[in-house]
Amino acid sequence: MARSVTSRRKALNTLVAWTIGLLIFFPILWTILTSFKTEAQAISDPPVFLFFDWTLENYAVVQERSNYMRFLWNSVIIAGGSTILGIIIAIPAAWSMAFVPSRRTKDILLWMLSTKMLPAVGVLYPIYLIFIQFGLLDNRFGLVVVLMLINLPIIVWMLYTYFKEIPGEILEAARMDGASLKEEILYVLTPMAIPGIASTILLNFILAWNEAFWTLNLTAVNAAPLTAFIASYSSPEGLFFAKLSAASTMAIAPILILGWFSQKQLVRGLTFGAVK
Amino acid sequence: MSIRSALRAATAVCLITTCGAFADTITIATVNNGDMIRMQGLTDDFTAKTGHEVEWVTLEENVLRQRVTTDISTSGGAFDIMTIGMYETPIWAANGWLVSLDDLPAEYDVDDILPAMRGGLSHDGTLYAAPFYGESSMVMYRTDLMEAAGLEMPEAPTWEFIAEAARAMTDKDNEIYGICLRGKAGWGENAAFITATANSFGARWFDENWTPQFDTQPWADTLNFYIDLLNDAGPPGASTNGFNENLSLFQQGKCGMWIDATVAASFVTNPNDSTVADKVGFALAPDTGLGKRGNWLWAWALAIPAGTQNEAAAKEFIQWATSKEYIELVAEKEGWANVPPGARVSLYENPNYQEVPFAEMTLKSIQSADPLNPTVDPVPYVGVQFVAIPEFAGFATEVGQEFSAALAGQQTAEEALAKAQAITLDAMEAAGY
Repeated sequence: MARSVTSRRKALNTLVAWTIGLLIFFPILWTILTSFKTEAQAISDPPVFLFFDWTLENYAVVQERSNYMRFLWNSVIIAGGSTILGIIIAIPAAWSMAFVPSRRTKDILLWMLSTKMLPAVGVLYPIYLIFIQFGLLDNRFGLVVVLMLINLPIIVWMLYTYFKEIPGEILEAARMDGASLKEEILYVLTPMAIPGIASTILLNFILAWNEAFWTLNLTAVNAAPLTAFIASYSSPEGLFFAKLSAASTMAIAPILILGWFSQKQLVRGLTFGAVK
Repeated sequence: MSIRSALRAATAVCLITTCGAFADTITIATVNNGDMIRMQGLTDDFTAKTGHEVEWVTLEENVLRQRVTTDISTSGGAFDIMTIGMYETPIWAANGWLVSLDDLPAEYDVDDILPAMRGGLSHDGTLYAAPFYGESSMVMYRTDLMEAAGLEMPEAPTWEFIAEAARAMTDKDNEIYGICLRGKAGWGENAAFITATANSFGARWFDENWTPQFDTQPWADTLNFYIDLLNDAGPPGASTNGFNENLSLFQQGKCGMWIDATVAASFVTNPNDSTVADKVGFALAPDTGLGKRGNWLWAWALAIPAGTQNEAAAKEFIQWATSKEYIELVAEKEGWANVPPGARVSLYENPNYQEVPFAEMTLKSIQSADPLNPTVDPVPYVGVQFVAIPEFAGFATEVGQEFSAALAGQQTAEEALAKAQAITLDAMEAAGY
């Protein structure tokens, strides 16, 4: 009897989990389906779900109109560059906060996070003027720096939480064995924190990939990433939903695939320390 | 090597380098719509004629507006040509941000630009942006439903007739709604439509001393009329409907009438997308007999930001893209129904274009809008469905939100107008008027 209740509960849990999962995934699924419809089918009421004449026309139009590879390459450089640069700066910062905290460490952590509370548009003009001054407009390096700075508080926070779980005694032992600071961080701390660092890298790569304020406002032609590619297919005066969906599908496909393959690390990293 | 061949070689090198120096790459920021995309597809023709290359930055309208405003106000220099509208042109020209287009060559025939467009894109009599295409608004209606209702649409209807026809055509059980109008909040969405409608009811945003006028009777009449009409004969959820939502409803045969941009005429009559393509008629935007119709005036125009490094090439592009020859090029490749409308007088004199079903009504609508005298009573501002001052986009969006909330039934028209008055008064005081 007890077993049957358990398996029934299991089935119920699975059903609930699948329902929630499908609900969350539905907008993406709908976007993908719409990308294979004609513009007329895309807006038809009642909506058509699976039984329509599937067409690749929207993808052909998008391919013809835009240089997808250029946008994709810019996204890879900007998201990858900002994440790597952020990690290089954040590891020593998180190390010092986790293992040699001062009286003000908590305040500094909170202050760092508070920078995320300012609406981005509030600093658009100062940043834009700095970019003009340094010739960084429409430049990938400029965006790498800006996105790194935007995501740095999150990277530091994530790594700090991870490092806090590592016993300080291990690092002390390494020091007693004569390890220098560099060796301590590079050869003792980093290998132990690899899962945490990996999930931090993944999450920040996704955040930088999806960032759509600075990447739209600081680029024009040369550094425009996939967010600009999507924005070029949206229109308040004219129905372009099918083409917009095709462009969106092409823009999210790489990150969706990356997320799929690394979901284990992502979930582990995000839920780490959640149940204490 | 003889002296002659040395000279020849030198001349050749000189010519090549000179040509190189004149061939520029210009960057153009533009919006995503059918006419602009068509222009991008034809850029090779421009490059073949001038040698200049073109880089396109296409963005959604609101993103574009923020992007180009940031760039021009900081002299960023990211673009050589910007696609802007009638709202921005006079404000930016007054700030000295745009290059004057008064020196275009005679063959460009600047006098051929429709006077209403030229007026709206000028500042102190100087043209600062060349219209790529222009639009007004008009009534698009279902001829079959009108006939079934036993009514006949006049060429220049009154609001009274529109209200009567809308209620007669409505069959909510079969999801047929007599009228579809913009309800979504925004200065370019419901505020644009309601402002144009208010003009025809004798209302205005400001009196000659820049005092907001939402506490006057014409505004109360306008907003009550609009809300009652949509409640009785509009689709459900009208307060969230913008251009695209109404276009979708009309194309699926769910709207009896739709009053919106003239550019929509080519969409609703396109049999590939519209289920009612062969049952659409057109009429002028309605009035109340006070001398002003409820139609707006807008143009997407090409302008050159002051300080660009490629001014000469940018001017050449504007000449090409807004010329009579360009219209003929599009007609040859895509047919007369797809040429950019509403910019040139000669287009409407062309017998080929006169056969396009919505051509005549588009021209009449554009001609009946006057951005310099938009209202029944005098006003201190330029613009039909907007007020060409920098603060307008901000407070008009807030006013639009109040109107949208009133349409959704969250407050009365009187409450919405009282809030609109307070919002506008505050904004104008803060701006120093």
